[in-house]
Amino acid sequence: MAEHTSNKPLKPLTQWVNLQQPLSFDDYCQAGGYQGSKIALQYSRNEVLEIVKKSGLKGRGGAGFPTGMKWSFVPMFTDGDEEAPDNKYLVANADEMEPGTFKDRLLLEGVPHQLVEAMIIAAYTIGANKAYIFLRGEYYLAAKRLQDAIDQAYQNNWLGEKIQGSSYSMDLYIHCSAGRYICGEETALINALEGKRAIPRAKPPFPQISGLFGKPTIVNNVETLCNLPHILKNGIAWFQAISPNSDAGSKIYSACGRVKNPGLWELPMGPTLGEVLYDYAGGLQDGLKFRGLLPGGASTDFLVAEHLDTPMDFDSIAKVGSRLGTGGLIVLDDKNCPVAMVLNLMRFFAQESCGWCTPCRDGTPWAVEVLTRIEQGQGKIQDLDTLAKLCDFMWIGKTHCALAPGAVEPLRSALKYFHDDFLQHIEHGCCHYNPSMSAKRTKVSQDQVTNIHKYQSVKPPQPPKVGQ
Amino acid sequence: METIKTTIIDYQHYLTATEIAAIEHEASIMETREAAGIEALKVVQAHRGWISDESLFAISDLLSVPIAQLEGVATFYNLIYRQPVGQYVIHLCNSIACHLTGADSVLVAIKQYLNIDYGQTTTDGKFTLLSNACLGGCDKAPAMMIGIEHFQHLSPESAVDILQQIAAKGEVNG
Repeated sequence: MAEHTSNKPLKPLTQWVNLQQPLSFDDYCQAGGYQGSKIALQYSRNEVLEIVKKSGLKGRGGAGFPTGMKWSFVPMFTDGDEEAPDNKYLVANADEMEPGTFKDRLLLEGVPHQLVEAMIIAAYTIGANKAYIFLRGEYYLAAKRLQDAIDQAYQNNWLGEKIQGSSYSMDLYIHCSAGRYICGEETALINALEGKRAIPRAKPPFPQISGLFGKPTIVNNVETLCNLPHILKNGIAWFQAISPNSDAGSKIYSACGRVKNPGLWELPMGPTLGEVLYDYAGGLQDGLKFRGLLPGGASTDFLVAEHLDTPMDFDSIAKVGSRLGTGGLIVLDDKNCPVAMVLNLMRFFAQESCGWCTPCRDGTPWAVEVLTRIEQGQGKIQDLDTLAKLCDFMWIGKTHCALAPGAVEPLRSALKYFHDDFLQHIEHGCCHYNPSMSAKRTKVSQDQVTNIHKYQSVKPPQPPKVGQ
Repeated sequence: METIKTTIIDYQHYLTATEIAAIEHEASIMETREAAGIEALKVVQAHRGWISDESLFAISDLLSVPIAQLEGVATFYNLIYRQPVGQYVIHLCNSIACHLTGADSVLVAIKQYLNIDYGQTTTDGKFTLLSNACLGGCDKAPAMMIGIEHFQHLSPESAVDILQQIAAKGEVNG
């Protein structure tokens, strides 16, 4: 291991970010770039794999799966083995489209060489000679800057034939998508890359065995990959020491909504929700009070004031009933209607449902219809039962991928934490945040609400993550 | 009984040399020709503004992909237009961060100024208004995208200002 003693960065991912003018190849090298990849090429593939495994790096795209373990499913790993599959692929998942998430954009636009270097390390380790960056279509600036970085890497023999005099060759291409949330799901992404309609694939086989063009394929999130150069350069001990927490390394957290200082911050894994919300995002804007937040993008469960002391690591957030997801807080204030917020989220999921499986294709628009009715003051008390049932119909095990379960998470938790708001809409026949919504009075009493309470006592397991 | 009309478009007569070269480049970096389908649609759309049936048939011919499969791809994506659009397509983000920070009032202002609804094009053919899923500008919400430019921190007034400037200058510049 290269255990340097000096200049160990505390914010490895963002230390070189420059959104105005990202570092050129020469400047990036001077700052300390392409050292991790140099070290990696001196190791055998197995050695790099072991380093990544031992580092404890977990996927930053939302699911939090250990990266080294994911790689270890790729069939290979005896050097010189003639029988190992010849073609393998690495794909960087840069299809960042999870509402309320904008962390990868910072890395793509601010320090594109870091991703190129990271992909060299990852592709070398799994023995892939071809790699793609699956970039969302709306990130035009990122596409340009990444292409510049790739061109410079080719010119300096960090890509192409026999990289830096080693026996390893690799090509790297950008694929710009055309805008569809489901492409962030790794098997849908693979279908998209193959030029097919981007619907998820049934698993198994898992992509690590049979992915892009039927070959072993690793799909990693951008932020996950960007950790690699620093782990190789600074060592496992350094990576684990960044965070006092059980999860190693740093993470880019963000906050949006009506907070004083929305933005992005790279912090050691595990600041509390309250720290990110108040110390970094500055708390709510003047005149607004905190109601709740989604801790990691649109497809995570609401958390409320009682949870603000929870550390933002994978396990702690899961323990209080949500998911770390992408680590992007979406903050709800007391002047925004929770029902309207859930309706907005559900509209997104209904629009972006790929339509392959019925619970999602039919369930998400159904939920939109019911939520619209409630928000417009035309809801009935039975609608709450319908929503609770839909949460069940769209849950894990009933759908092919995690999109519909992701849509369920904010809905079911809103029904729990903002139950009074739903009732108020129904009882008063209007939205009291936005009274201009059409009013139709239907008086109901609390004891008419039945199944909704039963539902709340059941806690389903945590789903894997879809999208960016 | 009505016969089903089929159209065969020879790509060489329909697509320009520039378009063909760009599509062939994309096909060359993928393992299969069909994998270049999305890129091909984007190439042709960049030159012609939208994907007409004829364009679809020509790409199908060039890449040897069944028309139905290519249509399935073309209609799947938010950024491929299967209908004519205006010179500038406004993609107004309507996802959660923009919703919480007042995107609705921006939408009302744009609709009133242009006198169109979602999915419509102004009579002068300048602007088409579409919604867009999260543009990744959540810390600078509300946001919209016109052409390849992103505009952030929108208010009803600033959004209309931007449209006025674009209409006057005839070009998008951030």
